[in-house]
Amino acid sequence: MATTYFTEDHEWISVENGVATIGITDYAQEQLGDIVFVELPEKGRKVSKGEAAVVVESVKAASDVYAPVDGEITDVNDKLSSEPALVNSASSGDGWLWKMKLSDQGQLSGLMDEAAYKKLIG
Amino acid sequence: MSSEETATKTLPLEAMHKAAGARFGPFAGWSMPISYPLGVMKEHLHTRAHAGLFDISHMKLFEVAGPDVVAFLDRACPLDAAALDHGQSKYTLLLDEHAGILDDLIVTRLGAHRFMVVANAGNAAADEERLRAVAKDLDCKVEPLERVFLALQGPDAEAVLTAAGIDAAHLGFMHGFEPRPGWFLTRSGYTGEDGFEIAVPAKDGMALAENLLADERVQWVGLAARDSLRLEAGLCLHGQDIDPATDPVSAALMWAIPKTVREKGRFIGADILARKTTAGPAEKRVGLKPDGRQPIRGGVELFAESGERAGRVTSGGFGPSAEAPVAMGYVAAELAKPGTRLFADVRGNRLPVTVHALPFVPHHYRKG
Repeated sequence: MATTYFTEDHEWISVENGVATIGITDYAQEQLGDIVFVELPEKGRKVSKGEAAVVVESVKAASDVYAPVDGEITDVNDKLSSEPALVNSASSGDGWLWKMKLSDQGQLSGLMDEAAYKKLIG
Repeated sequence: MSSEETATKTLPLEAMHKAAGARFGPFAGWSMPISYPLGVMKEHLHTRAHAGLFDISHMKLFEVAGPDVVAFLDRACPLDAAALDHGQSKYTLLLDEHAGILDDLIVTRLGAHRFMVVANAGNAAADEERLRAVAKDLDCKVEPLERVFLALQGPDAEAVLTAAGIDAAHLGFMHGFEPRPGWFLTRSGYTGEDGFEIAVPAKDGMALAENLLADERVQWVGLAARDSLRLEAGLCLHGQDIDPATDPVSAALMWAIPKTVREKGRFIGADILARKTTAGPAEKRVGLKPDGRQPIRGGVELFAESGERAGRVTSGGFGPSAEAPVAMGYVAAELAKPGTRLFADVRGNRLPVTVHALPFVPHHYRKG
């Protein structure tokens, strides 16, 4: 059973068996507006918490998406190359951005659960 | 999504935008509606297909009038004000002594000794100071106006106005008149589409906006789509694509300065502009089309195939009608020919880019 966490940067992290799937929240996609391009990282790249891993480009601006925890990127959502708008229409599902193997499960305890995140965005 | 700008001024119709669900952001010292619930993409496409309503009340109108007004305008701008027919509008510039571009303006003749000047929001205060300085020794008054200023843009704009009881169908593009006391209406705009800009006293603003929005062909459109529309149309945004460090030669805006005006050389910056024209520009403003789907934004550096620095992007984003990323910027004059292949450095990646003729999307202006 996957557990989902949230960050103050409006990302969600769904963790199952030490592998995290990461995307941006519905709130974030709404703030960004129509997504027209997603710059995905290389598989195998090691990222540290707070490092920019993905760039989502809307009509008006480019925004970094940060790695919420340390780990190694194991997969990216290639579907977004042809259908970047999935980040808008299915932000918490088919619009996921990347998967990563966690270096330190302990970092998850610093993240929010859904109730805390909902409180944050009001 | 962050900005260094701080919003201080609010639009007279802010409550209407809030009620319409607008998302606000700072621009040129104003809190502006950036987009509405429809979203940038659909707002943009709606404007090209039907009619978009833009609140441009941040822009500044100056009424200039007096016996010396023609001499005043001919000095302040590279313009032949006497050649303008009554009701005719002209795109022109405010240049400094070095022919640097202080602002771009639309000047409309309203009478024998009376004109309207429309200036950009961010330059309004500096423009006013400049215009007053030029007017100082002349019999000419510069009066800033407080107005609600709306732009209705798109192929349905004329029909919408007519249905709203405002008769402006007789106007050709870049012509205007004063339909009611305190009103100023021109057939013009900054989207590449046919359309109108209507300035009205604050007390008439809400009723006008409501009247236009009651037509199902009309949607509010925010600043984000205004930017993608003007970029596709190849139109400059002052402060981004043109500024005091650029001049009409490098900015490829010499079409706005009639040959006779250049020859007479009565305007501020005329000497330097003549020299720059003769010497030819070191760099030129061009359209830029990235190969793939990834947009290139203002500030991105451009390189020639040889690896040498070629120029910079000044505006860029995604063009919903072009269905592709579009941009403009400055490149070395020898690399300005459409079809020239360049590279943009985006976060360390070299993206192939082609110099492209402007506009990206053909203009649909109503010929006068």
